[in-house]
Amino acid sequence: MTSIGTGYDLANSIFSPDGRNFQVEYAVKAVENGGTSIGIRCKDGVVLAVEKVVASKLLKQGANKRIATVDRHLGVVYSGMVPDGRHFVDRSRDEARAWRDTFKTPIPTADLASRMGGYMQAYTLYQSVRPFGITAIVGGFDSELELPVDGEVGSGPAVGAGGKTAGKKHGGPFLYMIEPSGLYWGYYGAAAGKGRQVAKAELEKLDLGGSGELSLEQAVKEAARIIYLSHDDVKDKKFELEMSWISGADGPTKGKHQEVPKALREEAEKEAERLAKKAVEGDDDDDDDDDEDDDKKDGDKMEE
Amino acid sequence: MDHRPQAWGRPRDDIYGAYDGSYLQTSGPKQSTQAPVVTGTSVVALKFKDGVVIAADNLASYGSLARFTNVKRLRVFLDSSVVGFGGDVSDMQYLDRHLNELAIDESYETTPSADHPSPGGTLNAANLHKYLQKLMYKRRNDFDPLWNQILVAGLDSGSKPFLASVDLRGTAFSSPSLASGFGAALAQPIMRKYAATEEDAARLSRDEAVQVVKECMKVLYYRDARSMDKYSIAVVTKDGVELKEDEQLEKQSWAFAERIRGYGTQTV
Repeated sequence: MTSIGTGYDLANSIFSPDGRNFQVEYAVKAVENGGTSIGIRCKDGVVLAVEKVVASKLLKQGANKRIATVDRHLGVVYSGMVPDGRHFVDRSRDEARAWRDTFKTPIPTADLASRMGGYMQAYTLYQSVRPFGITAIVGGFDSELELPVDGEVGSGPAVGAGGKTAGKKHGGPFLYMIEPSGLYWGYYGAAAGKGRQVAKAELEKLDLGGSGELSLEQAVKEAARIIYLSHDDVKDKKFELEMSWISGADGPTKGKHQEVPKALREEAEKEAERLAKKAVEGDDDDDDDDDEDDDKKDGDKMEE
Repeated sequence: MDHRPQAWGRPRDDIYGAYDGSYLQTSGPKQSTQAPVVTGTSVVALKFKDGVVIAADNLASYGSLARFTNVKRLRVFLDSSVVGFGGDVSDMQYLDRHLNELAIDESYETTPSADHPSPGGTLNAANLHKYLQKLMYKRRNDFDPLWNQILVAGLDSGSKPFLASVDLRGTAFSSPSLASGFGAALAQPIMRKYAATEEDAARLSRDEAVQVVKECMKVLYYRDARSMDKYSIAVVTKDGVELKEDEQLEKQSWAFAERIRGYGTQTV
């Protein structure tokens, strides 16, 4: 970075001569130090997971949640500066509520991502502010059913579509990741924070894209496995795994963003811990004893 | 007798002379929020052994006109309570949206899961009733009341059946059986035959309670000219809410109508 020291990295609203905004790039660095968070969009829902680094033994276990509910059908997780993330969540909730006030209907995931993308981008424009030190992953399930308008008392006309085309698929699971620059894309699998490289490599191996067949429950287990795998036992402190999921109206969460039930989370965690340990051991004594084993994922890992 | 609504509650012209309205003010503050316009009639509810049954018909009247016939006046709150609204329908919509916001606020604090569908932190029916009572009383003190009588059915903090009422003045009370509007006169006596006290209600089975409430809905349809034979009924227990919104009154018998004398324009 030859431009450092030229003064262009001190101001948010000024480009460097080679077309970069250094403050935004530094914000990305802040994210890269945060606990890993991931999102998986599968055929019948979305899973969010985060590696919550336990900063002190004096913190209560399971308290201080890192995944937040924005509206019934929307969840947000983020990596980076927690206070920035908290503010992001507050603003997301305001946006979701304002949408309901105006349109009397839940905000679609894409619209929330768009609004929050715009909000974060605004923090790259002015001298008086700094960019967000977070990358946020927004997951949601837009209802595929004909929803009643909020506060509606009757059933409306029995014929004539309410903006829906017959035969066309409406709603479904959605996943977006918003970066400090305000850039957002829709993803099948998203990862941010410390362990994002490992996590992304693992996400790419999953059957997610197009007509991906991964089920929601499998996705929960994969999410747990990926968080455990991306965690560096040597360098990092202890962590807690936090997971939430959103299914459609006929799924386990009935269209709502909910914490993954304890039983399922613990089951996934146990398996994830075993696999992560195996991956570490495999690194040491090569895959002589892993060969007869059925575990394909470990095998994949070796090839890298 | 003069049956026109304009004459209701007024001294009779044929005895006291024409009403002198000259001293009444013809201008003043806007009063459109101070009288109900489109209204729902009675809500009836009855406690039983392990829950509460609540019902209301699907009609919204515009004066005496049966204007809307598919109006849902029972609203589910947090999958664990039911709120039944009588009175002004637009005020009901306002309250419904407000309660919706409240429910979303709840999901921020305690992300519910299958482990604890309604954890200790979540508002139960007793909390909800207290909240609505404060809200209604505040609005009355602002001289801008929400023109409703509301029944709240659900469970209290001890998972016991809970049933209470609050009206447009903020008056709140509780009873093993409750009915708003015309139901207070027509349905309450029937329900009290089965559940006069909390102990009686605690002996009622679910089926019995549903039967009694259905009977009340029928009597209300016979007697209340602002009612309809299509209704909603909900049963709240600790397993959640079962709401049916398109029920039809069964086994009606209008034979009694022949014998009614003294109403309307008949001369005999």
